[in-house]
Amino acid sequence: MAVAAALPVRRVWSGDDRLLAAGVVLAGLFLAVALVLPLGTLFLKSFEDQQGRFVGLANYVRYIETPALAGSLWNSLWTAGLTMVIVVPAAFVFAYALTRSAMPGRGLFRAIALIPILAPSLLPALALIYLFGNQGFLRSWLFGGTIYGPLGIIISQVFYTFPHALLILATALSGTDARLYEAAEALRASRIRVMRTVTLPTARYGMVSASFVVFTLVITDFGIPKVIGGSFSVLATEVYKQVVGQQNFQMGAVVGVVLMIPAILAFGADQWAQRRQVAVVGARAVPYVPKQRPERDWPLFAFCVLVSALLLSLVGIAAWGSLITFWPWNLSLTLNNYAFGNFISAGWGSWVNSVQLAFWTALIGAPLVFAFAYAMDRVRVLGPLSDIVRFIAVIPLAVPGLVLGIAYIFFFNAPGNPLGFLYGTLGILVLNSLVHFYTVGHLASMTQLKSLDPEFESVSASLKVPIWRTFAVVTVPMSLPVILDVAIYLFVNAMTTVSAVVFLYSPHTMPASVAVVQMDEAGFASAAAAMATVILLTSAAVKGLHVRLDQVLTRRTQAWRRR
Amino acid sequence: MFRHRRGGDLVGSATINAGDRHMRRLLLAAACMLAFTASAEAQRTRLTVYTAFENDQLPVFKQAAERAVPGIEVVWVRDSTGIVTTRLLAEKDNPRADVIWGLSAFSLIRLEAENMLEPYTPKDAEALRPQFRSDRNPMTWVGLDAFVAAVCFNTVVAQQRNLPRPATWNDLLNPAYRGLIAMPNPASSGTGLLTVAGWLGTKGEAPAWDFMTRLHDNIAVYTHSGSAPCNNAARGEYAIGITFDMRAVALRNQGAPIDIIVPSDGVGFDLEAAAIHRGTRNLDAAKRLMDFAVSKEAMELYGRYYALLGRADVQPTVQNYPPEFSQRLADVDFAAVAANRDRILAEWGRRFDGKSAPRN
Repeated sequence: MAVAAALPVRRVWSGDDRLLAAGVVLAGLFLAVALVLPLGTLFLKSFEDQQGRFVGLANYVRYIETPALAGSLWNSLWTAGLTMVIVVPAAFVFAYALTRSAMPGRGLFRAIALIPILAPSLLPALALIYLFGNQGFLRSWLFGGTIYGPLGIIISQVFYTFPHALLILATALSGTDARLYEAAEALRASRIRVMRTVTLPTARYGMVSASFVVFTLVITDFGIPKVIGGSFSVLATEVYKQVVGQQNFQMGAVVGVVLMIPAILAFGADQWAQRRQVAVVGARAVPYVPKQRPERDWPLFAFCVLVSALLLSLVGIAAWGSLITFWPWNLSLTLNNYAFGNFISAGWGSWVNSVQLAFWTALIGAPLVFAFAYAMDRVRVLGPLSDIVRFIAVIPLAVPGLVLGIAYIFFFNAPGNPLGFLYGTLGILVLNSLVHFYTVGHLASMTQLKSLDPEFESVSASLKVPIWRTFAVVTVPMSLPVILDVAIYLFVNAMTTVSAVVFLYSPHTMPASVAVVQMDEAGFASAAAAMATVILLTSAAVKGLHVRLDQVLTRRTQAWRRR
Repeated sequence: MFRHRRGGDLVGSATINAGDRHMRRLLLAAACMLAFTASAEAQRTRLTVYTAFENDQLPVFKQAAERAVPGIEVVWVRDSTGIVTTRLLAEKDNPRADVIWGLSAFSLIRLEAENMLEPYTPKDAEALRPQFRSDRNPMTWVGLDAFVAAVCFNTVVAQQRNLPRPATWNDLLNPAYRGLIAMPNPASSGTGLLTVAGWLGTKGEAPAWDFMTRLHDNIAVYTHSGSAPCNNAARGEYAIGITFDMRAVALRNQGAPIDIIVPSDGVGFDLEAAAIHRGTRNLDAAKRLMDFAVSKEAMELYGRYYALLGRADVQPTVQNYPPEFSQRLADVDFAAVAANRDRILAEWGRRFDGKSAPRN
């Protein structure tokens, strides 16, 4: 024993180890420059007073002593928790119906369920005002209650976060081994027992991830509470008050730090779930093909119809709102609201900017996110360093856009920063969007990689095939649908994002999503709805292309899943 | 790869950063050597102007400025007052703006305190009303026009609910308006702050807080932006929106069924002001733009949108403004309000924020 301790066995790093380690280090460097250093620059301010002197925890003490600020923390937590409790089970049933049932119209339901992700988060809020606002058609349904406040926030957030949860859960549920179900059937296990011992365990990692994603999305979203929150104060609007209302960067940074706490807790939960997750698609796995079973399929079908109808009606109301002349006084239809040049000087040019921004974010982001996730998942050396990088990769989700945007100004516009040339260009918007939406792509990639047996790599290694070849020839083709999903996710989010880019755009790079907010602010509600609709249609067109591409790809690369 | 240039040439690009400046100087040097190939277009000095002017005003002001000051090109960076001010402060160590033209005087006083403004007294600045100038010599900022706190009153909702038309701030305390008034939160909106400052100025400190406490019972919502209350009133979400005059007039001209009321018991106001950003590399061009910003010609343009102008000798031409409101201005000491801002907001938050949950 003593000898062993004195002479620790040194692992020799193979070429593969070195490559994977290099990938992790690269990912770490990327996240350091694009995320950690900017945030660090800002968070140092939480320990300074307005003159830049170090004051220790004085700002935090002031935060706790201000009842309104502490109240907004509680408001954020309970609305996010309630949204999560509604969304995750609903998204699970929906994902289950899509992946594990033989009900008709699964492709269509999947497409409909992803619609909210295609639209700016403002859109459901606008639609809810048309429906349930003080002049709304269905106002009486609220029995004298008001849509402005937690009710409106939660309904809008459910709409907005549903597809995010669905994306993760559908990925988790689609990777399964039919042999487990065959074995269960042979053993005459009851349906409930199969659900409890086979289905749920394979999806556990996805459920934890989905809960974490929904919770933090709600906590950090600013557009919905601003439009429909009334006076109901949440953390994200508190950051807005401090930073934009009063230019109090120090207190804004404090609230930003408080906002990060859920991420740290969620990371712990994520780690915990991951340790209990085993690969479910082994190298010998057999893809699961659901059989017809009417008593399961038709209830699921009814559920999907209900959810889809709700989602579509909100979108439809907003689209209708974009066509009316002046709500609610003049409901005649017009296309004038689409002549954006009349409302904002950038006009349709802002749409062109958004498409470019979204295109580059997706094209660069998706391969980058997946390759980094692969390196982080498969690396066997580096020890705690890779844990740290994996932790950093989930932080972006917990960072409110406002905080990230201001952090970017401080970091990239600092005199002497060699990356300063990016400031004011489309490049900084791309970088910002990529990092802002890094986490969901990362989690989806990880979920996918977890469901692929590392045995593929072991076999390759014993055949002396270098890992980059296994990655290129086995992993990427098998994961192509997920990589495409990530690309589309990045595209649509870059199309719709507001909060971070509002501080970073320059006169010739103003995105359409910022134009939506500016027009709504100026009282052109219908023009704002019109631009939101254009964004939605653009994303939907790209999504339509994706679906076509996905079908072709699935036929060509996922043949192994069929028998 | 990302640098996005419309038309692919340097002139067409509005991106101003250190690299571009350097590039442009090199290019200009090369152009001068070639002498004949340099077009007049390429030699125009580009001024990056940060502004919170309304979108529809930007092309008008740009065109006039470029005509009046030959050899400059105005490149706007436009957003709401809060965002522009935040950006200016965050960019303090490496400024991007040459000129600030059309931003709240409260914001400029804040920038002045951070030593971010270049002192310069524009030609003709003596013609401005006394309240419309910084008290430094040379001046750090000049006021162009004023916007005042106003009330948007939805006549359709009023008819439905049989509400009386308010004429003064105190009228808003009528219990008939309970839950029907929207007001901007002064902690997040400049309009909210100028409204509260107006009350403090006209009523005196203690009566003003007492007034706000009673008004609070009628308030349905404190919004984040100064435009939202009037937008809401225009859509009939609430009967009354406390806002600023410009927004109200714009909505009314769009066809919203609102009356614009400038309460007769004194209203707070804010100036739209202009200044040169300290550290600009185009100081001469910036000075000439400032000269234009306070000129009679520019004032006539502001007069198309605003009813109270910096120069008393120019008559505004804007439509649908309530008459004689300039006599109703509260006595607002901008420097004092800016200095007391933190205290005012803390007091406001203590009284109204903690219980700002929505009510019916």
